[in-house]
Amino acid sequence: MKTLAAKLPPMGTLGPFIALLCACVFFATQSDRFLTLQNFSLILQQVMVVGTIAIGQTLIILTAGIDLSCGMIMALGSIVMTKMAADFGLSAPVAITLGIAVTTLFGLANGLLVTKAKLPPFIVTLGMLNIAFAITQLYSGSQTITEVSEGMTWLGNSFRIGQTNILYGVVLMLALYLITWLFLRETAPGRHIYAVGNNPEATRLTGISTDKVLLGVYALAGVFYGIASLLSVARIGAGDPNAGQTENLDAITAVVLGGTSLFGGRGIILGTLVGALIVGVFRNGLTLMGVSSVYQILVTGILVILAVLTDQMSRKGVR
Amino acid sequence: MTIDTNAPLVMKATGLVKRYGQVTALDGADFELRAGEILAVIGDNGAGKSSLIKALSGATIPDEGEIFLDGQKVQFKSPIDARRAGIETVYQDLAVAPAMTIAENLFLGREIRRPGFLGSVLQMMDKKKMLEESIARMNDLKVGIRSMTQAVETLSGGQRQCVAVARAAAFAQHVVIMDEPTAALGVKEGNMVLELIRRVRDKGLPVILISHNMPHVFEIADRIHIARLGKRAAVVNPKKISMSDTVAVMTGAMTVDQLPAECLA
Repeated sequence: MKTLAAKLPPMGTLGPFIALLCACVFFATQSDRFLTLQNFSLILQQVMVVGTIAIGQTLIILTAGIDLSCGMIMALGSIVMTKMAADFGLSAPVAITLGIAVTTLFGLANGLLVTKAKLPPFIVTLGMLNIAFAITQLYSGSQTITEVSEGMTWLGNSFRIGQTNILYGVVLMLALYLITWLFLRETAPGRHIYAVGNNPEATRLTGISTDKVLLGVYALAGVFYGIASLLSVARIGAGDPNAGQTENLDAITAVVLGGTSLFGGRGIILGTLVGALIVGVFRNGLTLMGVSSVYQILVTGILVILAVLTDQMSRKGVR
Repeated sequence: MTIDTNAPLVMKATGLVKRYGQVTALDGADFELRAGEILAVIGDNGAGKSSLIKALSGATIPDEGEIFLDGQKVQFKSPIDARRAGIETVYQDLAVAPAMTIAENLFLGREIRRPGFLGSVLQMMDKKKMLEESIARMNDLKVGIRSMTQAVETLSGGQRQCVAVARAAAFAQHVVIMDEPTAALGVKEGNMVLELIRRVRDKGLPVILISHNMPHVFEIADRIHIARLGKRAAVVNPKKISMSDTVAVMTGAMTVDQLPAECLA
């Protein structure tokens, strides 16, 4: 007979939910403003950008890679779309498409260096982090682009359900999670991403082109960063060359907190959403408690190390 | 099982040569695989055994020589080419994706798509059909694994190897090559895999078995191909020859001429 413990999903799947619940309970005891619908709506707004970046990051980490350049590529995308529109009077759809094309190209460049030049993803994306940051600063002249058309910010508008404001951008992020979840679960290319992360050699021998899978994943991640660029512009109402700096590591933190293994091949995309919410709840809760932002950085740093430690230990249990 | 010398040749190779720089790994090796047999390939380290198997499975391209499959000349540029021609290889180091389910592993790279738009454009898998087929194929080979939806990493080493063998048997049209399939396994698990290899043969697929394990070779092989110094030293009948004579030929302590004629096959 199966015990209750055996019937429950494994710890890797359930852990993030428990952590999120614990964090919510803790902050609810610390601040009476925490446990309100309006505050949760705010948390969702705050995680909208990092949550979208983290989808791309999850795909890459599932292949046993990592992308340290995600936030910087996102910032570049938001500068490209706002500055192109401002300088050349491009319509919003054209400017947005150009911005997403640029982030996709940067993702593809990461992918090409990982597959064709066989460089470790860590080093490639560390280099790309600096390149994307420098290009963003050079192209924008380190100036925030404030002249942004309505067509680029409407995702920052909200609709009301009862007393709660919900941003269209939040709905878009949730929809992207749902689509990616179905893609990873139900389609052959989705399963191949897991296979590459699990055992690249065995995957190659079954006739799957592992290079194509990896290139596709890095490029697709670039698409998600581009969508995050748009969400960032919508949220701030401007193109900010200094955006993406907290998102860069927060995205990785969200993925790892969500139970996706840094060793590749294991994880559920919806866990990343929970991970992003954990990061958001901590930042929001600590702010409500009046804790300075330096301590928030300290806490997220500790969180990510704890998550990796848990991942490491559970892997040892399996093998 | 008696040796049927009239059985058609499924696979044949003549005069294979493979050089790696100064080293000649294959020095004019011949090879013949008959229909419905388990042919063991044995040889000392450096005898050209693995180079031979790599040439047959498409993992390396020989410098000289010809390979025939069902009488047709073939030239494999990659293991994928060999697979398309109906040759499946089971590798020693358990070539499975551990966190994925048995059904997913069986169909990895050959997923059954849903009919119509969902399958062709959206690439959606027909999971139900894949599961049913997995159960059918595993039952067919009498592999006693209860659930096809459990992750491969929950299986024992022997069961994992059975999954790899079953995958090869399910998709091979002509030949299954097994590279040391029992090397990493204990006695009981090894026997489980040997039993499965027999069933694959009995279903009509010829098997090439590379092994260092003499008792296993003698237990299961119909004929034994002995590789030595990059050539085929002899093909012997395990029912007629002793294990020590076989090892003597393999190491060069005995030449083929010194063997009684009935030992050869």
